[in-house]
Amino acid sequence: MWQSLYDELKDKGFMVVAVAEESRGAEHARPWIEQARSGTGSDCWQLIDAEHRLEDLYNLVNVPQAIWIDERGRIVRPPETAGSTDHFRRMDLQTRTMSPRDQAARLAARQAYLDAVREWVNTDRHALPPELARARLPTVTPEIAEARTRFRLGVWLHANGRAAEGEREMQAASKLHPDSWSLWRQAADLDAVGKASGPEFWKRVQALGAREYYPPPKL
Amino acid sequence: MTIVLTPTGQHEIATRDGLWVSATDAETITGWKLKPEGMCRAEQCVPMAADSVRGDAVALDVFWKKLGGPVVATGSRDVWALGAPADERNAALQGLEAPDFTLPDVDGSPRSLSQLRGKKVFLATWASW
Repeated sequence: MWQSLYDELKDKGFMVVAVAEESRGAEHARPWIEQARSGTGSDCWQLIDAEHRLEDLYNLVNVPQAIWIDERGRIVRPPETAGSTDHFRRMDLQTRTMSPRDQAARLAARQAYLDAVREWVNTDRHALPPELARARLPTVTPEIAEARTRFRLGVWLHANGRAAEGEREMQAASKLHPDSWSLWRQAADLDAVGKASGPEFWKRVQALGAREYYPPPKL
Repeated sequence: MTIVLTPTGQHEIATRDGLWVSATDAETITGWKLKPEGMCRAEQCVPMAADSVRGDAVALDVFWKKLGGPVVATGSRDVWALGAPADERNAALQGLEAPDFTLPDVDGSPRSLSQLRGKKVFLATWASW
């Protein structure tokens, strides 16, 4: 999805760093990355984050989220939903399709987000002043910090043939940081491919009630 | 031998009675050095109680908790993880300087955010799951 944005804007001092939060490792992410490659030899960065380090450093809770960073290395937009919407919550689970109206609204929201990135690159619009950027940063609590630590241990245990112990650490991590979909879904995926979007996932999404799964960016 | 994981590192070291480690290992793992004043990094020192220092050994778990960092271990205490203190993460983000990181690309070559200074960077996550 981001390669085409990069292709369009790469001559304007713009770079895309796409990070796969993928505890199963590079080979698991490779098919998607190969498919996205432009074939021109000029690709955006496609990085593999098996331990979800980026989520620890930037206090992320879901995918896709994006952070905008200016030429001086400063955050000008804190983590926010990058082009996804909650329309999927209304889809028909039998056919896995959305109504035409929802599909259109979803595309329009994605387009608006991509347009905002274009405007930022071209005119600096949408870059937030420091005080506003600060105010929108989510706070890391001691519970979140412990959740990250247990998750780190859980990934290590999984990778070293101790899946049952790893699973326990990851469940503890998810309990400490229930707002993180990434922690829960990555753990579910390590348990069994497909579980991250299975019945248990949908039960969790329903339990959100009026709360958002993908809070829209405040553009 | 005991494995100690940090947010970016993995160390295999000798330990005793939990997470008692040599001052040298403590410094390698955390960047903090044992001095008469306590555990020190640059100008900052964290005083250590008498019962958490024994000669050249430090109770690393005690020190790390004092710093405000999470400490977790497996049931058999053969693998430990020291996490970043919440305050440290918040201070870094509030400074608005994008925290640097180094991650491998899909072919294993390391890439660091700091290599991209001078460009606008759109940093985005995704996952297959």
